[in-house]
Amino acid sequence: MASTLTTHKKGPTKEKIGVFVCHCGRNIATTVDTKRVVEEILKHPAVVHAEDYDYVCSSPGQELIEKAIKEKRLTGFIVAACSPSLHETTFREVAKRKGLNPYKCEIANIREQDSWVHEDKEKATEKAIKLTKSAVEKVIRNEELEPIKVGLYKKALVIGGGIAGIRAALDIADAGFPVVLVEKGPTIGGHMAKLAETFPTLDCASCILTPLMSAVAHHPNIKLLTLSEIMDVEGYLGNFHVRIKKNPRYVDPEKCNLCNDCVDICPVTVSSEFDEGLSLRKAIYIPFPQAVPSSYLIDPDTCLGMNPIACGKCAEPEICGPEAVNFDDQTEIIEEDVGVIVVATGYELYNPENIGEYGADKYPDVITSLQFERLLSPSGPAVGIPKRPSDEKIPKRIAFIHCVGSRDERHKPYCSHICCTYSAKHALLFKELVPDADIYSFYIDIRAVGKNYEDFIRRVQEEAGVHYVRGKVSRIYEQDGKVKIFGVDTLLNKRIEIEVDMAVLALSMVPAHDIEDLASKMRIQIDGSGFLQELHPKLHPIESATSGIFLAGAAQSPKDIQDTVAQASAAASKALGILTQEKISHIPTVATVDTDLCSGCRLCISVCPYRAINLVDEKAQVEEVLCEGCGACVSTCPSDAISLRNHTDEQVSSMLKALVGEI
Amino acid sequence: MRNEFEPRIIAFLCQWCGYQGADMAGTSRLKYPPSIVSIQVPCSGRIETKQILEALSKSDGVLIAGCHTPNDCHYVSGNFKCLKRVTLLKKFLRHMGVNPARIRLEWISATEGVKFARVVREFTDEVKELGPFDFNGKSSQETKIKQDSKLSLKEIGGKENE
Repeated sequence: MASTLTTHKKGPTKEKIGVFVCHCGRNIATTVDTKRVVEEILKHPAVVHAEDYDYVCSSPGQELIEKAIKEKRLTGFIVAACSPSLHETTFREVAKRKGLNPYKCEIANIREQDSWVHEDKEKATEKAIKLTKSAVEKVIRNEELEPIKVGLYKKALVIGGGIAGIRAALDIADAGFPVVLVEKGPTIGGHMAKLAETFPTLDCASCILTPLMSAVAHHPNIKLLTLSEIMDVEGYLGNFHVRIKKNPRYVDPEKCNLCNDCVDICPVTVSSEFDEGLSLRKAIYIPFPQAVPSSYLIDPDTCLGMNPIACGKCAEPEICGPEAVNFDDQTEIIEEDVGVIVVATGYELYNPENIGEYGADKYPDVITSLQFERLLSPSGPAVGIPKRPSDEKIPKRIAFIHCVGSRDERHKPYCSHICCTYSAKHALLFKELVPDADIYSFYIDIRAVGKNYEDFIRRVQEEAGVHYVRGKVSRIYEQDGKVKIFGVDTLLNKRIEIEVDMAVLALSMVPAHDIEDLASKMRIQIDGSGFLQELHPKLHPIESATSGIFLAGAAQSPKDIQDTVAQASAAASKALGILTQEKISHIPTVATVDTDLCSGCRLCISVCPYRAINLVDEKAQVEEVLCEGCGACVSTCPSDAISLRNHTDEQVSSMLKALVGEI
Repeated sequence: MRNEFEPRIIAFLCQWCGYQGADMAGTSRLKYPPSIVSIQVPCSGRIETKQILEALSKSDGVLIAGCHTPNDCHYVSGNFKCLKRVTLLKKFLRHMGVNPARIRLEWISATEGVKFARVVREFTDEVKELGPFDFNGKSSQETKIKQDSKLSLKEIGGKENE
């Protein structure tokens, strides 16, 4: 018999596997008898070494593995410990260091899916043994694989032009990489541009923000697309293809010289979004003087000139000398290829109409905290001294209501994180402007958890003489020009009924209303509160579940400006970690075709979501860099001709046997 | 002894949602019966009929957890591929005289640890009611199935409880 004809198949018996069972301090050892797992797993014919240790992930723990690989000449190993999401990479690096292929390491998840969820030690131990055995069965059949190297687009997409998006875009652009910054609104700046001063240092928000906005406008590496939305995102880490819909501005920013003549002639007046409805703007307008791009725009929903017969005055040459107004401006579809994406879509305020008992939708003098912020702003509608929207008088008594919608099971159960401190800031700033004002602040608990925030709150309570009332407000209504507030003081244990001139509601922060749509386009997940879900709260707080897509700012959870900026820079540095590479690794656990078995039926081609399979010489062929390893083709193939590397039918079958104790 | 019976359940958990949801149940220290053992799969669309049947032949019930329909699947539409396959398999099993309730398909996201634990508890109780499973000599419960009755939404894995 010619030996050349026999294909040598690596049989499980040739393998020498080591097993390392982690105690994870008491996390595993309390519920799982690790010594017994070691004893039982040693009975497996492929296992030549097994031991347990306090923390296998620690340096001494990793050294145990290294030592065993060397001394017992292991061909692979299992770590029975926490979820592979945590330390699979850690242990695969150990394998690499000692010359083993990283795919010859597998994790048995005996913490998250065993010791933490069960109480019966006997049964949890039995389960740990089964899970570990099944991991052994998998690893002995794992192929040694090397990552597939792929080129990448050295360009970033940042979605959202608030302070988070601005910071991330600038950091990436400053490092020398091109950035496409996409903003839905007509200007960048986000909510921060609306703020008067920022806590706890009382820096003027514009003084910090507008230089950054200007830096974005002039940065040679930043392409800014305002009035733009993401249509769809295809591709994968390093190679995303994005289509962006850019809505018409109807004014050419290159030509507009900000003369304001168009605004003077415009006959249409509507309420200003930037001033939170407290002032009016025209149909042709600039959101605020420092807006970027520094240009007017036309709001097509209210402009009469959309019908040329009705209006169009602003476009006349005697009004717009530079001929910047262009009613023929069209929606553009812009396509970009980028390597990484930062999502910084920010927050909105919870709709106060949902809280009928506070009457924000009925009474003009019951306003939101963001409206109060505009009233405090020197460039705002009240030019710096807040006046009541109803009669333009300066209020003498104000009530600030905390946790409106937040920490409330009927609305949003979470804490919005910033309201305690900004309500204190509002009280302080107002007291400075109107020293004889009487200010009440209704709170549930004071949560001032940032650096120097507690000092700031104390200063407001003690020096500014603001009356802090611990208790929830049950009802607000207006009567005879006064705002009546009913509540309870839970420290004095008595009902409270006060009359004020104005009430300010600290509404909870909610994610952008279209975040779900955007998240599903990018296959990133939403958490129980509606915010974007990070991959892991401690190990991967910046990453989304999709490689190459990072999260920054309040889109991920309610947070203040400090934390937002920190997270944005973190996202930028993660992005740069990818952009600075020449090639990136693509997972090698892709589909592979046995051409002898392939009948050329094309079913696999029809189910592949990535168009990664082509028919070559009437046989299916997988383009490996396009394959994401989902296995849809494998389960569809009627001839069993396709298999997924390191997730073969044989592996699943032997793992099943191990899981039920047949092995 | 009926009370002593602890159903063996095998779970196929997709790596992005179901498996992460199970991890979340662990991180939240939620308790559920230890008779469930799981296999991580890349996507619910990877799970083959023959694998579900193989798992059922070695257990009393099979749980499959993938990403929520319509848009959560990390691979675009693997969850729908799984839904179609499982629905067909359940119809087939009914004709074979096997109670389709022994197979449960659920959409469990990475954040739904509470749902994962609840589903495992519920499913364990349901399978306990059905009794031990034997492909050849079916349990007494199995023979009660009306072969012509329609599958309920819940049996298919729809959103009845959502």
